[in-house]
Amino acid sequence: MAELDTSSDSGKGGKVRSKKASTRVDLTAMVDLAFLLITFFMLTTTLNKPQAMDLAMPDKDEKQKDNELAVAASRTMTILLGSNDKVEWYVGEPGKSTPTVEGFGKNQIRKSLLDNIQKIKASTGKDMFVIIKPSDKSIYRNMVDILDEMHITNVQSYGIVDISQPEVEELKKQNIY
Amino acid sequence: MPRVKIKRKSTTTDMTAMCDVAFLLLTFFILTAKPRQQDPVPVDTPASTVTIKQPEKDIATLVVGSGKVFFDITGANIRIQTLEQMGQRYGVTFTQEEKNKYANLQAVGVPMNQMKQFLSMEPEQREKYTQPGIPADTTNNNELFHWIREARIADKVLDNAEMRISIKGNAKEEYPTIKKVITILQKQKVNKFNLITSLRSAK
Repeated sequence: MAELDTSSDSGKGGKVRSKKASTRVDLTAMVDLAFLLITFFMLTTTLNKPQAMDLAMPDKDEKQKDNELAVAASRTMTILLGSNDKVEWYVGEPGKSTPTVEGFGKNQIRKSLLDNIQKIKASTGKDMFVIIKPSDKSIYRNMVDILDEMHITNVQSYGIVDISQPEVEELKKQNIY
Repeated sequence: MPRVKIKRKSTTTDMTAMCDVAFLLLTFFILTAKPRQQDPVPVDTPASTVTIKQPEKDIATLVVGSGKVFFDITGANIRIQTLEQMGQRYGVTFTQEEKNKYANLQAVGVPMNQMKQFLSMEPEQREKYTQPGIPADTTNNNELFHWIREARIADKVLDNAEMRISIKGNAKEEYPTIKKVITILQKQKVNKFNLITSLRSAK
């Protein structure tokens, strides 16, 4: 090991003494190993903690059906989740504007969301409201992805609503059901 | 004038103290590290950018995968209390041993009429056994509904805290299964819950 020879060498004959072996053990390697393991355990314990995404669903009271909040159609964006990781979205009332079919991703749904937020802010002066309607053919990942997009694009008001039959037909027409 | 001889010093440092500290820390981390939780079905959680950590206490997790639902509660005393209440509801009495066994398990998805049998299994046997999942439908009177309800009651009684519900779903799970779980939660006015996700690497 990196150790200098510090024994003063007198070099002048005399009695031959048996060299006393040092009782010290070199602990460097052991410390190295210990720190490596510490690092490993530290990283695994903190990173393994699951992330939790908050989700608040609209209150679904079976006794009072008529307390639904009316939101102006002009500032709502409806996103239908279809199969094969595809979404279809439109602004306003269904059928009034042409729906767009897109995938998930930075340049697809996120861009559309950001565009719509700006447009709606410019025309009505209010924030956009997003309605998410997952169809039976969509998978759980789609739902988490779209909620994550809400989080990324900072949409404050959104809700998950059950899909209706006409919307399923619409998805079928676009071949994503 | 005699030359002053500078005594050459050794370059070795005493590693003993450092070694002690290192191993002390190592022991600490090994002991605090939780064993990786084994889910009854393979669950690959979807990724998201959310970085809020899941709380450790007063939480129940619904593991959803392969169309089945499993229920996991944290805290041994809450688990025992929940099992007792469920036993009362379904007319099953559990021995202290069975209760302790249940307290040490994680996510369980067995119908109540098979619970006794499931708890009497040996650990290796239990690992091989495919759990059928907790029976759940959209009515107001299914086992999953009662599991969640009893767990919430137990948490309220023992810890005086609102139990939080998390859903740990498989990314490829079809939406109707998730919807069923959410409907059951909403039936008991749990409108706020967590979705467990893994961390997405920055894009």
